[in-house]
Amino acid sequence: MRSLATDAPDGCLLQVSNLSKAFPGVVALDDVSLRVKRGTVHALIGENGAGKSTLMKIIAGVYTPDAGELRLRGNAVHLSSPRQALQNGIAMIHQELNLMPFMSVAENIWIGREPVNACGLVSHRELRRRTRALLERLGVDIDPQAEVRTLSIARRQMIEIAKALSHESELLIMDEPTSALTERDAEHLFAIIRELQAQGKSILYITHKMDELFEIADEVSVLRDGRYIGTASPLDLTRDELIRMMVGRELSQVFPRAPARAGAVVLSARALSLEPQFYDISFDLHAGEILGIAGLIGAGRSQLAKALFGLTPASSGQVWMEGCEVKLDSPRAAMSRGMAFVTEDRKETGCFLGLSVLENLEIAVLEGDFVRCGFVRTRAVTQACAAMSRLLGVKTPDLHERIENLSGGNQQKVLLGRWLLTRPKILILDEPTRGVDVGAKAEIHQLIARLVAEGTAVLMISSEMPEILGMSHRIMVMHEGRVTGILTREQADQVKIMDLAAR
Amino acid sequence: MPQALAQRTVDARSARRARGFPPEASILLVLIGLALTFELLGWILVRQSFLLNEQRLVVMILQVSVIGIIAVGVTQVIITGGIDLSSGSVVAVTAMVAASLAQSSDAVRAVYPSLTDLPVLVPVMAGLAVGAAAGLANGTLIAYTSIPPFIATLGVMVSARGIAKWYTHGQPVSMLTDAYADIGGGAVPVMIFLGTALIFHIALRYTRYGKFTYAIGANPQAARISGINVAGHLIVVYTIAGTLSGLAGIVTSARAVSGQAGMGMMYELDAIAAAVIGGASLAGGVGRITGTVIGTLILGVVTSGFTFLRIDAYYQEIVKGAIIVAAVIADQYRHRASRKRA
Repeated sequence: MRSLATDAPDGCLLQVSNLSKAFPGVVALDDVSLRVKRGTVHALIGENGAGKSTLMKIIAGVYTPDAGELRLRGNAVHLSSPRQALQNGIAMIHQELNLMPFMSVAENIWIGREPVNACGLVSHRELRRRTRALLERLGVDIDPQAEVRTLSIARRQMIEIAKALSHESELLIMDEPTSALTERDAEHLFAIIRELQAQGKSILYITHKMDELFEIADEVSVLRDGRYIGTASPLDLTRDELIRMMVGRELSQVFPRAPARAGAVVLSARALSLEPQFYDISFDLHAGEILGIAGLIGAGRSQLAKALFGLTPASSGQVWMEGCEVKLDSPRAAMSRGMAFVTEDRKETGCFLGLSVLENLEIAVLEGDFVRCGFVRTRAVTQACAAMSRLLGVKTPDLHERIENLSGGNQQKVLLGRWLLTRPKILILDEPTRGVDVGAKAEIHQLIARLVAEGTAVLMISSEMPEILGMSHRIMVMHEGRVTGILTREQADQVKIMDLAAR
Repeated sequence: MPQALAQRTVDARSARRARGFPPEASILLVLIGLALTFELLGWILVRQSFLLNEQRLVVMILQVSVIGIIAVGVTQVIITGGIDLSSGSVVAVTAMVAASLAQSSDAVRAVYPSLTDLPVLVPVMAGLAVGAAAGLANGTLIAYTSIPPFIATLGVMVSARGIAKWYTHGQPVSMLTDAYADIGGGAVPVMIFLGTALIFHIALRYTRYGKFTYAIGANPQAARISGINVAGHLIVVYTIAGTLSGLAGIVTSARAVSGQAGMGMMYELDAIAAAVIGGASLAGGVGRITGTVIGTLILGVVTSGFTFLRIDAYYQEIVKGAIIVAAVIADQYRHRASRKRA
């Protein structure tokens, strides 16, 4: 059926017209229209909460729209389930990969559609053959019999893509596919996307990373507050123009620089090791400075942060604070020394998703003046949390809203607030703005700059080059568990960092 | 301005919630609905009032008090994302140990012939200590090994039942002192149930213990990073649950004026059911004592309602099962509705 259908006369594969969708309490999409041409990479950008996910889920058949229509190859379609979308050639590659870890690559790809032999049993030989052919088409070298749990995230993503291809999908929806990939893996992904494009597939690509979009997108559409703002070719737009379309306001200064005013050394690490995560790490951290840690994913940066905070203590080496050697063997010990740690994975290790904003804010500060005989002084804590929430500009109807209903940027602000309530002297930030929209990102940067100006020492891990370059006073670059260089703000540039990080 | 509109509706929604529409409301409606159904059926089938009978109401709560005491502990365990299958067996062990120390001097075959007519505090403290020890075993296993709570407490469940039988080689322990029997007399079990419920309701809502319990259930990793001693806290929670099972064992043996190794059979499942009907989520982070109390009362209404209507006990179990499942289904719908917005 499908192969007989032809595209609309203008080469448009998917046309979305006047789509609206409301959830109890929010209008997620308001009269959105969009056209995706065959054989193009169409990027979709917007702040968190702009409606990107909702739009994608409607296209992928997860949600049904309240109003508006979808036309595929010129014909109106009604997609009431992901399965139906798949049958119509639309496949979604989820941000959280949906693979079964204990099954093989081949089983995962062909689940529910296994080839059978004469006896009606699954033909594993045929399964492997088909999988190999599919993976060859993508140019990736993965053993079809490998268990998925043994593969890296990048490879699992390739399998998701292979799975989509196995359905002969013509439109692939990718939701921030590079968020967990190293730069090299991302390059590989882009090569595959270009290959798919050459095969006539269309890709709808959701991203927060501006650079990617200029690299691979043919067209970019911007959503804001559930409305369609516009579509353009990235060639015709500058980065600033695009940011303006997304946020609807001028961003005067992308990176607020805290004045370089190196204070006393607050933390010295000497020859810290935790094999095979990191080896022989030494550095000093001063009050009132941001020490950026750059490196590729897997360089051991997060492990170093976890060791400093006592989650997985280093096996050898010393940490000195205020002239004495300290033993940081539990988060409590680190906290009592004035340390705070905002982890990289908001959902896994940061938020208490089922709990309220208040419960998320207060949890690290339930001691001292806020507790009397084990009883929490609710009013005092609530006041402190409300003040923090206002200070950070957390957008929430009230403190009793569940944190999972907040956008990523606001969740991140709450997590920062949780630690700021403890008045830390040393703040460790692991990817402080990952998955955060542009507006909230700028606010978080401003907040960090203000803390540093007040004398807080910040250790900031970031995989975003502009952030590292724009915010840090000094940049420590790591590669495969070792420090390959510490650059001052003046010395550092993108090329030097990449050189040290990639070796 | 769709955003302004959205903001307004969100405000309205949370204002409605803040104005006092607790999550227990729906469960309370179920309780009232069930009670009224039995009232109506009562007039039709046996020409009597179900509710306007003080004695029946007392008996009804009395019957489920023991389950209720256990459920208060089990709710806390469930909030941490765990489960406690050992409660029923712990009831049996404590009933045996406490009863053996509560025998009167006219007992023909006292377990400890030299230890009769002891002050009532002795068997009570011994019972609580046995319960606490069982809870400590659960908590230690869960906190310091990687075995899931289901398995750890399953092991303790089987072993504790064995200990209860071994203790007197299967013989029941009878002829208990009057002072001990008084613990199970009149409305005392109801008072104990409501008292423990009140204490732990306050503990969960207003103390650091409660805040940590919810946090661990919602996200143990984030809890650890936030400086909570997760292992230590879990041990405390399981020990509390064990102690409350011990208390339930004391009440059970006092009511029966004897200790038997077969006591408390399947109580753990009734207690879990009460917590789950009351809105506790086995995924952790969610649950309230008020809900559990209502859940316990629902079990009580079903039991005494069927007895009142003189309907076979078989039907009673069938309906009880259906209510447990229906409560969880209803709960999931509620959660889905509140999550949809993301």
